[in-house]
Amino acid sequence: MKALWARRNLVNVIAFTVVLAALGAVDIFRPFGLSFSALTGRVVTLDTMIRIGILTIVVVGLNLLMGYAGQVSLGQAGFYALGAYFSGILSTLATRHTILPGITGLWWWPWLMIVVSMILTGGFAYLVGKPILRLKGNYLAMATLGLGVIIHILAGQFPDITGGYDGLTGVPRLSIGSFTLWPMQRYYFLVWGAAIAVIVISLSLVDSRIGRALRAVHTSEVAAEASGVDAEQYKVQALVLSAIFASLAGSLYAHFQGAVSPSPFSFRASVELVVMAAVGGLASTWGAPFGVGLIYVVRDLLKSQLERLLNVRSGEYELIVYGIILVSIMIFMPEGLTASSVQFMQGRRRRHGNIEPQRVQSNGTVEDLGQ
Amino acid sequence: MPPILEVKNLRKEFGGLMAVFDVSFDVQPGEIVAIIGPNGAGKTTIFNLLSGVLPPTRGDIRFDGQSLIGLKPHVITGLGLARTFQSVQLFGNMTVMENVMVGCHQQATYGLIDAAFRLPHARREEHHIRERALAQLAHVGLESHAEEPALSLPFGRQRLLEIARALATVPHLLLLDEAGSGLNHSEKAELEQLIRVIRAGGVTVLLVEHDIPFVMSLADHIIVLDYGQKIAEGTPDQVQADERVIAAYLGQEA
Repeated sequence: MKALWARRNLVNVIAFTVVLAALGAVDIFRPFGLSFSALTGRVVTLDTMIRIGILTIVVVGLNLLMGYAGQVSLGQAGFYALGAYFSGILSTLATRHTILPGITGLWWWPWLMIVVSMILTGGFAYLVGKPILRLKGNYLAMATLGLGVIIHILAGQFPDITGGYDGLTGVPRLSIGSFTLWPMQRYYFLVWGAAIAVIVISLSLVDSRIGRALRAVHTSEVAAEASGVDAEQYKVQALVLSAIFASLAGSLYAHFQGAVSPSPFSFRASVELVVMAAVGGLASTWGAPFGVGLIYVVRDLLKSQLERLLNVRSGEYELIVYGIILVSIMIFMPEGLTASSVQFMQGRRRRHGNIEPQRVQSNGTVEDLGQ
Repeated sequence: MPPILEVKNLRKEFGGLMAVFDVSFDVQPGEIVAIIGPNGAGKTTIFNLLSGVLPPTRGDIRFDGQSLIGLKPHVITGLGLARTFQSVQLFGNMTVMENVMVGCHQQATYGLIDAAFRLPHARREEHHIRERALAQLAHVGLESHAEEPALSLPFGRQRLLEIARALATVPHLLLLDEAGSGLNHSEKAELEQLIRVIRAGGVTVLLVEHDIPFVMSLADHIIVLDYGQKIAEGTPDQVQADERVIAAYLGQEA
């Protein structure tokens, strides 16, 4: 049973990697003169694919925290911002502040700073996580929301360091020796390589002692403690890990844009990350790339199609339809896209195989019978 | 032999309500001890105090000679005191097997980084955990249901699963909170047999029970609570003959 499960994970990872590598290769080799965006009917561009990859990394982390450990975070864009800003500031030390001009110009400096950003963001998450994670439910949501808002505001403040509301510019491209990971066709492979690594780490964690402890804390903290799980410790670990993933994504974003400004890290971004996690499916690692992808594609399609159909500049109309789609997904697929599609497939198979569906009894009803 | 559990002048107040009022008792190793009493007598509160879920207002609890006051529940579990819950608290998002594997949590030491990168050390320990969990499931007769979702089990089996999870923590003392409630006659007989087997394996058992006949045939020693106070203590025969116990259960008329 165990071996089978692990093999299924491996098969999924390999299939996912092959498909993404093939998609990325289209724009490099241009078979029959095709480009990536032509392949998708101009709905998805390579630029969008890279953004989906970056946010997948954040959402995989958020999923560990919310979906598995059951701790709500409405401030995840804050950790994402920290990664972007730490990387942006540290990799432009020489050009902006003439600090360490000899070293910061070397190719490995930005890579090292990505790691340093992850450590700094993780350390910050640890410090705030200890007090914040004592809160539960709505209170935790409010505290994390506040945290995200504070980081967003601070990012706009100190112009000498963060560039204020105009932001930082001149963030260098990443390179290995003299091989630059640019144009976009090359950067695509870095981003999706990182995303797949994060997915593999998440899959391994979920199916381990740590993942079981997180899932136990989610269902019943009292029962988890009674089974010997230090609930507080694992909640903090989940937060720190999700912050480290968000930081990595932020760094990749900074080197992709070449610039960092506060606007993409607002409260709205945090909410959108939660929506992406929920649409993909909480407690589902594979849900992350599909949740992010679906939201991106729906939003882009709405923007372009509504403008054409209604003959107006979109804006509000786009938001209305977007909202309706989200509400319908949550009503008809409360467990998210991936879980619902899997259940749908299983349901079909069961009907064809004439196997009685398993009756899952809830705790309450059975207990009532016993009284 | 020194007692495995010593409870001294234990008190718990909720606002003005005295839920547990200066209760003292000892549990000897290898015994099956039952705490009985009418609804609201403070039985479950005592369990919550023993397992560290609630801090006592006053008094001391010593387990294997060590005070448990101020320790977190998972630390107490690590010392060898495991418990089940009156309303079964299974991890509904996991399989039967995984529930017991959570109970084995402290039997392994590998951490986040070992797990994230599937280091050999983690794989080895994980293999070990699986074997232990499977052995515990076999102990309560659930090994054939290992890969089913925990909540798909019938209620009686869910109780057994919770006991298996508690046993997976390798306790010296097992607290069973109304383990018999909601079970039918044959399930109760099975449970009674299981409790005897657990005791034969060297685990001391302390139970809170509602069902008097069930306790009378099973327990070596009985503690009777009423309104948070201990009103009687002794062997089943002694307790049954006690006038205060009869009054507490039947009401104090005439």
